Amino acid sequence: MKKSFLFISCEEAHHICDKRQYGEATGWERVKLGIRLSWCRITRAYSNRNNKLTEVMQKAEVDCLKNDERDKLKKQFEEELAKHQ
Amino acid sequence: MPKHQLDPNNWIKLYSDYLFNYTITRVNDRVIAQDLVSETFLAGLKSMANFKGEASERTWLISILKRKIIDYYRKINSNKGKAEVRMNYNSDTDAEGDWLEERVADPFDKTAEDKLENLELGDAIYDCLGKLPEKQAEVFKMKTILGYDTETICNELEITASNLWVIIHRARTALADCMQKNWF
Repeated sequence: MKKSFLFISCEEAHHICDKRQYGEATGWERVKLGIRLSWCRITRAYSNRNNKLTEVMQKAEVDCLKNDERDKLKKQFEEELAKHQ
Repeated sequence: MPKHQLDPNNWIKLYSDYLFNYTITRVNDRVIAQDLVSETFLAGLKSMANFKGEASERTWLISILKRKIIDYYRKINSNKGKAEVRMNYNSDTDAEGDWLEERVADPFDKTAEDKLENLELGDAIYDCLGKLPEKQAEVFKMKTILGYDTETICNELEITASNLWVIIHRARTALADCMQKNWF
């Protein structure tokens, strides 16, 4: 068995960890990440912090404007701003 | 020389999402929240001469927004008395007598303290988001807050998927650092 088949770099592990936060890591990627997590302290620390960030984002239920909503707001405001300048 | 100055040209870019989040957590309606934010910016523009420069631009806009939200609630409360109160009772005869229990507050529902903590958490997140480079904040919001899929963001911003993940990685790392200092 080739080493690269199961072992991934720290950067790749971080990338998979990021994708996992959005449910976009494949099953095979999750297996490779799991193996890396079992022995790499740095990846484990990154993963814990990443999971915590996802957790607080979900808990806070923050919201923001969609692009079309912001564009509408911007247009309205710029029309008014032009009158003041 | 005042400590802070107003630059309305940057208001939408810098504060629209923050003010919108502040409003929607308090009024719970997207359209009303957008209207209140829009009214806040317009009121800010009209009262720029009153700005003393003691508070930051964002704090000043929030103080205007708070008044707008209070006015909104005053307005709907004054209309409430005129409205007819209707209550739908359960028509299921098997459940007769159970209706009162079904309508008591859910003990597992969020308490006022939870809500307050979440509002503060939201503010802390927005403080940290405000420190990110514009592009990182934009991609992060689209991906994490609005929940857009990778392809949609890539098409809209004309970036590749690998570009997107690099941006997301940098944004998440910076945010986690910032939240660690301010919240975790």
